[in-house]
Amino acid sequence: MKPFAYVKPADVAGAVRAVSGEPGAKFLGGGTNLVDLMREGVERPDTVVDVTGLPLDTIDELPGGGLRIGALVRNGTLTADERVRARYPVLSQALLAGASAQLRNMATVGGNLLQRTRCPYFYDHAAACNKREPGGGCDALGGLNRSHAVLGVSGSCIAAHPSDMCVALAALDAVIEVESVRGTRRIPMTGFHRLPGDTPEIETELAPDELVTAVELPSAPFAARSRYRKVRDRASYAFALVSVAAALEVRDGAVTAVRLALGGVGAKPWRAHEAERILLGGPAGEESFTRAAEAELAGADVRPGNAFKVHLARATVVATLRELNTGEGTA
Amino acid sequence: MTTKYAETEQRQAAVKHVGRPVDRVDGRAKTTGEARYAAEHRHPGMAHAALVHATVARGRIESLDTEAARAVPGVIEVLTHENAPPMKPAPKRSLLNLSSLASGTTVSYLGTDEVHWNGQPVAVVVAETPEAARHAATLVRVTYRELPAVVDFAAEEPNAVQQKGSMIQPAGGDKGDAAVALAAAPVSVDLRFTTPPHHHNAIEPHATVAVWDGDHLTVHESTQHIAWLRRHLALRFGIPERAIRVLSPYVGGGFGGKYAVWAGTLLAVLAARATARPVRLALTREAVHRTVGARTPTVQRVALGADAGGDLTALIHTSVAMTSRIGGMPEGVVSPSRHLYDAATIHLRQRLVRLDLLANTSMRAPGDSVGSFALESAMDELACELGMDPVELRMRNEPARNPMDGKPFSHRMLREAYEVGAERFGWRERDPGAGSMRDGRWLVGMGVATAYHPSMVMPAAVTVRMDAGGEVVVRCALQEIGVGAATVQAQIAADELGVPLEAVRVEIGDSELPEGPGAGGSAQTASGAEGVLAACRKLKESALALARRSPDSPLRGRRLDDLEARDGGLHHGGDGETYAAILARAGRDHLEAGGRTGMLKFLARALNDRRRWVKAACGAHFCEVRVDQDTGEVRVSRWLGVFDIGRVINAKTAAAQLRGGIVMGIGMALSEASQVDPRTGRIMNPSLAEYHVPVHADVPPIDVQWLDVPDPTMPLGLLGIGEVGITGVAAAVANAVRHATGKRVADLPITLDKLL
Ligand SMILES: Cc1cc2nc3c(=O)[nH]c(=O)nc-3n(C[C@H](O)[C@H](O)[C@H](O)COP(=O)(O)OP(=O)(O)OC[C@H]3O[C@@H](n4cnc5c(N)ncnc54)[C@H](O)[C@@H]3O)c2cc1C
Ligand code: SF4
Repeated sequence: MKPFAYVKPADVAGAVRAVSGEPGAKFLGGGTNLVDLMREGVERPDTVVDVTGLPLDTIDELPGGGLRIGALVRNGTLTADERVRARYPVLSQALLAGASAQLRNMATVGGNLLQRTRCPYFYDHAAACNKREPGGGCDALGGLNRSHAVLGVSGSCIAAHPSDMCVALAALDAVIEVESVRGTRRIPMTGFHRLPGDTPEIETELAPDELVTAVELPSAPFAARSRYRKVRDRASYAFALVSVAAALEVRDGAVTAVRLALGGVGAKPWRAHEAERILLGGPAGEESFTRAAEAELAGADVRPGNAFKVHLARATVVATLRELNTGEGTA
Repeated sequence: MTTKYAETEQRQAAVKHVGRPVDRVDGRAKTTGEARYAAEHRHPGMAHAALVHATVARGRIESLDTEAARAVPGVIEVLTHENAPPMKPAPKRSLLNLSSLASGTTVSYLGTDEVHWNGQPVAVVVAETPEAARHAATLVRVTYRELPAVVDFAAEEPNAVQQKGSMIQPAGGDKGDAAVALAAAPVSVDLRFTTPPHHHNAIEPHATVAVWDGDHLTVHESTQHIAWLRRHLALRFGIPERAIRVLSPYVGGGFGGKYAVWAGTLLAVLAARATARPVRLALTREAVHRTVGARTPTVQRVALGADAGGDLTALIHTSVAMTSRIGGMPEGVVSPSRHLYDAATIHLRQRLVRLDLLANTSMRAPGDSVGSFALESAMDELACELGMDPVELRMRNEPARNPMDGKPFSHRMLREAYEVGAERFGWRERDPGAGSMRDGRWLVGMGVATAYHPSMVMPAAVTVRMDAGGEVVVRCALQEIGVGAATVQAQIAADELGVPLEAVRVEIGDSELPEGPGAGGSAQTASGAEGVLAACRKLKESALALARRSPDSPLRGRRLDDLEARDGGLHHGGDGETYAAILARAGRDHLEAGGRTGMLKFLARALNDRRRWVKAACGAHFCEVRVDQDTGEVRVSRWLGVFDIGRVINAKTAAAQLRGGIVMGIGMALSEASQVDPRTGRIMNPSLAEYHVPVHADVPPIDVQWLDVPDPTMPLGLLGIGEVGITGVAAAVANAVRHATGKRVADLPITLDKLL
C-alpha cells in the first residue's frame, strides 16, 4: 500500500475543506472497499480523509413520512432500523443480503454508494482495464465475464455495479445530498451513477471534492409491500448474479403502483423504467410480468459468460412480482 | 447431528479412551490464542518478505527495475535472479526416496530468468515491516520477452497423452472387452464430465519464519510433512539434515496444499541466508493461489452397460487431467472404478496434458473425489435409464472381491452402510419420478452416492518414555493439521499402557523428534498408532523384564500376553503391580522404548500387503436438495453419511473429519472453482471473496454415522478418515439435483446457470 497522509476532521466543513483542491485525497468510510483497493494498488490516495468522526450517523424523520439517512449510518444499523423495516422492507432486505455481518457493521451508506466494481480484471494489475487505466483496454470483454453486466455496458467496459443497497435506493427514488466547499446539492439516485461509455473511470456525478452527507427516502406508502430478491452462487456472502428490488400495489387485479430495479445485470443500479411503464395500469399476472421483464431486457448486450443473466433476470423479476402479487414465498 | 457414541462405548468396554469423544488436548491452547502458528513467531532482528509475481505465463525476464522498491524506507534487499544466492536443483523423483516427491515444482526460484507460469515469484523484497515489503513489491518493474504458452486445459484435451502407471498407482487396466460389451448392452449410458481446478484454501495461509545461525537453520513452518521438508531443505541448501530444525506444532489446515514444498518456503530460507536476518514470509491469500499448486481439472468419460436386470456388463472410465512442465502429480482419477462395481468388463485409462501452469498437487482425496463424481453420477443415470432405485442398482453390483483383480477386500461393509443409511434417511419416502417432490417454490430431490478411499500405513518412528511418577511422554514428529493428531495418540497410548489419559503427553511437530509420517493419504493416525502400539509394547516388555528380576514381584513368571495393562500397571487377575512400583524397586527413574521401521522393510511389507488385500474406508451418502423453480438456485437441505471406517479412535474428531469432508464436497458440488483465464493462464479469483467455499448458510445439519467394526489388517482396526468424507459428495448432490429437476449436470460446479 502506498504511504499516505491521514486526517480525521470533526465536522463536515473540515472534511470538505480537506479535499478541496486536493485531487489525491479520498474520503474513508468503513474502509471495506477503499482499503482493499489501496492494498491492491488500484486506489493510490495521497491523503485519506477519515469521515467516520462526522456527525452524520443518524436516521431522521422527514416531514411527510420519508426518512433522512446520514451518510455515516452503518449498513448493519440501517438494515435493522424498525422504520426502514416497516416502510421500506426492500431496503432493509437489500442491505441484509449484502456482504457479511462483520462487513455490514463497518460499511457506511456513503461508502456503499461509492463502492467500485468487483470485476476481477479491475483488481489485477497484470490485466488491461479501462476503468483502472483509461485507454488500456478491457480484458473482460474476451475473458471471464460471467459476473459482468448486460445492460448499459459499452465497448470500453462491461463491469457490473456490485451494490445491493443501491438497487433498492434506485427503486425508491432516493435522493443523494452532497456537500463541497461550493455548497450543497441534491442528486436523484437514478442519476447518481453514470454509464461507462468511453469513460468507465468516471462512475458517478459526484465531483472528487464532494462529500455525500445523506440519503433521503421520499414517502412511499406502497413500498411497505416491497421485496429484495438476490440470486447468487452461494446462500450468503456473495455478490448478486441478478437481484431485483420491487414494490407493487395491485387494486382489483390492476397494477396501481410499481417500482422495479435490477442489480447484477447493470453497469449501474438499474431502474427498470420500461418495465414499470408496461406494468402500470395493466393487469397483474404472469403474462404481463413476463412481458415487462422482457421489454426491460430487450436491449441486453451479452457475452458468452453472462448470456444466462438475461434469462435469469427475467425469471427473477417474474418470480418477485408474482410473490408480491400473491403474497406467497419468502425472499 | 447424532453420532453413535453410545454404541461405540459399549463395544469399547475393554478400553477406556479409544472410541470416546475426548476433547482435543490442545483445544484450550487453540481457542485462547496461546497456540502459536508459524507466522506468529518472532525473532530478534526479524525481517519480512513479500513476493513479486510474474504476469506472463511463459517467457524470459528482459529487465528488472528494483530502484523504486529499494528506495522505500525500510527495504533491506530486493532479491532477483540477478543477485540471489544459488539454490541446488530440485531432486529427481524416485519411489525409493519418497521425499523427492516433496518438490512442489522443479523451478530454481530466482536462479533463472525463465518464467514458467503466470504468478511465479520473480523477486522477493525483504524489509523491516511487512507493509514496507508489500508496498515495495508493487514497485518492482519487470519486463518480459513472452514465449508461446499452453495454458488452456480444455483446448489441450486432444493432445493428451497416456499416463504412465507405477507400482503404487496403475494408470489404466482392462478386464475383458468393455467396448464390445457396451455396444451389446441392452441398457447403457455414456456421459462426459468435467471438473474445474480447486484450491485448498486452508484457513491459515502458508507461512515460514527462517532463521540461520551460521550453517544451522531453524524453520517455523506450516507443513503437512516435517520430515520431507527438512530433507528437501537440506538438498536445496546443501547442508546436512541434522543442521536443520523444522518446527510445526500447529497447522491451520492443509488439505494437501502443505504436503509439498512450495516457493514461499524456499524463498524465505533463501532470503534469510542472503540478508543474514531471520525472515518471515507469510503469504497473502493471493500469493497462496499463485504459488501453491491446486487440484487438477479433469475431463472424464464414464460409459456403463447393463442387462435389463441391472447387472453391469460394461464399465468404461477414462480421464484427462493435467500436470505441468515444471512438475505436478499425475492424479489417479479413475481409481474408484477399480473398486466399486462388479462389472463383467472394465476399461480404464488415464491421460494427461502438460501445461505451462503452476504444477498441480494433491488435494483431499486426489483422484477419488473427482473420479467418484463421474462414476457415481453415471451410476445414477443408469438407474434412471433402468427405472431402478439407485441404491438397489449399487447393491446388485456390489462385488465380493476387488473387481479388477479378484483380490479379497480386507473389510467392506458398504451394504450395511446403505442399509443403515436408507432406513435412517427415510429413503423409501422418495418418489422416484424426476420433479415429483415439491415444497412451495422449491423442487425437492434426494440423491445417493458411494464414498470410497483406500487405506494405508506409513512408517512412523515413535518413542514412549515413562517416569517413576507415572508420567508418559510419547514422541513423534506428527503434524497437527486440525485433526487432533496428539489427542488420538494420547488415547491410544493411555489404553495400551493402562494409564490415565491425563498422564500422557504427546510431543509432535518438531523435526528433533523421531521421524513421523506426513499428514496425508488418510494415513497419519494409523501410522502413528502402529508406532505407538509397538513402542508401548516394548515399554511394557521392559517393565515386565524389570519386574521379573525381582523375586517379590507378583508378575514373576508371567508373559506379557497374559497380562492386562490397567490402573497404571500390569495385572493378571487380582495380581499385579504398578509401573511406579516396578521402577522404584529396580531403582530406575524412567523407562523408554520405541524405534523405527526402515524404509526398505516398510516398502517390502507395504507391497506384500498390497498383493494380499484391497483395503479402504467406504460409506454411503444420502442427501436432499432444494432447487428454486425460477432461478435454479440449489440448496442442500439434509445430509446423512454412514461410513465404514473401521475402528474409531475419537468420536469427536472423527465426526469433525467426516463432516468437514462433506462440507468441502458440498463446495466442490455447488460453488468451488479456480477460474483460470484461458488466454493468460492467470488465476482470476485468488481470494476468498471470489473463490466460493461454502458458508454456513450453504451447509445443512450433517448427520454422521459409522458402523464401528475394526478392520482386521490395520493398526487397532482403524481405516483412516481424513479423505473418505469428501468422496462421492459431489455426485450425491448432482444425483439429487437430477431427481429434483430431471437435469443431469455433468460439469462442476453445479451453478444455477446450468439449470436454467
Ligand atoms: C468480501 C466482501 C463482500 C461484499 N459483498 C457485498 C455484497 O454482497 N453486496 C454489496 O452490496 N456489497 C458488498 N460488499 C461491498 C460493501 O458493501 C462495501 O465495501 C461497503 O458498502 C463500502 O462502504 P465503506 O463505508 O466501507 O466504504 P469505504 O471503503 O470507506 O469507501 C468506499 C468508497 O466510497 C468513498 N466514500 C466513503 N464515504 C463517502 C462519503 N461520505 N462521501 C463520498 N465518498 C465517500 C470512498 O472514498 C471510497 O471511494 C462486499 C465487500 C467485501 C469486502
Ligand atoms: S469490464 Fe470494466 S472494470 Fe472490467 S476490465 Fe473491463 S474496463 Fe476494467
